[in-house]
Amino acid sequence: MSDSIYQEAIKTLAQAAHGAGTLEAATGEARLDNPLCGDRVRVQLRIEGGRIAALAHEVRGCLLCRAAAAALGLRAPGSSAEELEAAAAALARLLETGEPPAGLWRELAAFAPVHAHPGRHACVRLPFDAAIEALSRAAAGSG
Amino acid sequence: MIIVSDPIVVASPSDARAAFPLLAHDPGLHYLDNAATSQLCAAALDALVRHETTCRANVLRGTHRLAEAADAAYREARAAVARFLGGVSADEIVFTSGATASLNLLAHSLGATLAEGDEVLVSVAEHHSNLVPWFMLRERRGIVLRVLPVTADGRIDLARLPQAMGPRLRLIALTHCSNVTGAVTALAPLVAAAKAAGALVALDGAQAVQHGPVDVRALGVDFYAFSGHKCFGPNGVGVLWGRREVLERMPPFLGGGGMVDRVELTGASWAAPPRRFEAGTPPIAQAVGLGAALDWMTELPWAAIRAREARLTRRLIDGLEPLPGVRILGPRDDAARAPIVSFDVEGVHPHDLVQVLDERDVAVRGGHHCARPLMAALGVEACTRASLALYNDEADVDALIEALAHALRLLR
Repeated sequence: MSDSIYQEAIKTLAQAAHGAGTLEAATGEARLDNPLCGDRVRVQLRIEGGRIAALAHEVRGCLLCRAAAAALGLRAPGSSAEELEAAAAALARLLETGEPPAGLWRELAAFAPVHAHPGRHACVRLPFDAAIEALSRAAAGSG
Repeated sequence: MIIVSDPIVVASPSDARAAFPLLAHDPGLHYLDNAATSQLCAAALDALVRHETTCRANVLRGTHRLAEAADAAYREARAAVARFLGGVSADEIVFTSGATASLNLLAHSLGATLAEGDEVLVSVAEHHSNLVPWFMLRERRGIVLRVLPVTADGRIDLARLPQAMGPRLRLIALTHCSNVTGAVTALAPLVAAAKAAGALVALDGAQAVQHGPVDVRALGVDFYAFSGHKCFGPNGVGVLWGRREVLERMPPFLGGGGMVDRVELTGASWAAPPRRFEAGTPPIAQAVGLGAALDWMTELPWAAIRAREARLTRRLIDGLEPLPGVRILGPRDDAARAPIVSFDVEGVHPHDLVQVLDERDVAVRGGHHCARPLMAALGVEACTRASLALYNDEADVDALIEALAHALRLLR
C-alpha cells in the first residue's frame, strides 16, 4: 500500500531535484501554499518564442511534492503552455483513476499509487498548479 | 444519570480497548492520533443508538410523549456535563457544535460587550480556534489583541505576563493544554493576575478533557470550552461552560427558535442562559452521547490512568530521542505535559513519515496542527504528533518507535 508510494523512481526524482533553485529574468512566477500542511511551492519560468525557455522551483514540502517539482523541472523547459497544461491535466487524471492516461510524461507514471491516497493528491499537484499559475501571470504580463 | 446498558470497568488499557468498538474490531491498530479525535466509547454509542431508536424528537418545543422523553434526555445530558466539570450548575452549560463553535460564541457574545481599545490576551501556543475568532473580533470591535510569547520549549512564558497585561485587559483566553507540545498551562499565576486586574479567564479545554474530569470552579476560570469528539463522545457537539453571572450579561450570538422569550414584529427579548445561546435545534443525540461518555469517564480511576499515561509518555520520549535527527518539541519536564508528543525529524517531511507509519498500522498526525504561530516559534513548518489516550499501551508506543526507525531508513 503506502510503502509503494515511496518507490525508487519517486525517491530518485526527488533527490535529483531537477530545476531546483531560482531563475534570472523570469517572465512568470507563482507561489502556492497547501493550507492543509503548510507546504509551499514557488515556480518561476521564462517564456521565449511562445515556449517555456526555462523553469525553476523552490519547494518546502514533502517527498512527493519535491518529486513532482523535479519532474516539472525536467520536462517543462521546451514545452509550450498548452503542452504543460495538458501534462498537468494528465497528472490530475492519473491521480483520479490510478491509470496512466495517454500523453502522461513518463516520469509521472510513478505517482500512480498515490491514487489510493486522496489526501496526498494536493502534494503532487501543487508544483503543477503553481506552474499553471505562473504561466497565466506570464501571459498577463504580471509575472 | 444515564444508564449504560453494558458498563465496562476500565482497570487496564486492554479493558479500555474493549470499551471502544472501533478498537475492539481492529486489534492491530495503534491509534495515536487522539489529540485530533479520540475513539467513541461504547457507552456513548449505546446512548446515541438508544436515543435515536427510542426517543428521537425535537427538544424544548413539543408536548407529546416522545418530545418529553427527548427533553428529559437532553436535560440529563446537560446535567452530566455539569457533573464532569466539577458539579457546576446545569444552567451554565451551553451545547454547541464543538470547541471551535464555543470559542466563536464567546468571541461574539462576550465580544459584543467590549469596547474599542479593550484588551484580550491570548498566547502564541493557541490553536487557530482560539486565535482567529479574536482576530475577527478585533476587526469588528477594534479591540486590542495582546499575545503572550512562549519559551523555547513551547510553554506559555509567564515571565512576560506583567508586560502583556495592558490597562484595559478584559479577558485572558488561553489553551488549557497545547495540542502540539502537550504543555499544560500553569493556571494559578494567570488566574491570580487576571482577577487582580478585573479580567475574565477563558480556557480552551479541547485537549485537556480527554485526560479526566475538570473542576472549573477549582481552576478559578470563567469560561471553559471543549469538544465531544476529543473526550470519547460523538462529533458535532461541544460545550461552552460559563459562570452564570457572566453568561447573563452576554447577548446572544445566533438568532432563531428556542433562544427567545418573546418575539413581535418590533423586536424580541432573549431567553435566559443556556437557551439564549442555543438557537435552532441543538445537536440532541450528540449531546446525549456526550453525556454518556462523560458519565462513563467520571467513574474511571483517573489517578491510575494519568500515572499510566505519564509512564507511556516517558517511554515514548525515551524511544524517540535516540533516533537520528529526531528532536522532541515541548517541555522537558514530564509533569508539565499531557501525553502529547510532537517531534521534528531532520530531512524527513511529516506527511511522508505519517504515510509510512500508517502502512505499519500506526496512526499519528503530521502537519502544522492548526497552530502556525506556535510552529514558527518552535522553528518548524510542520511536525509529527503522537497523542496517547487511556486505551493506549506499551505495544502502541513500541510499534511507533519501530515503525519510525523503518520509515527513517526508507525515506532518507
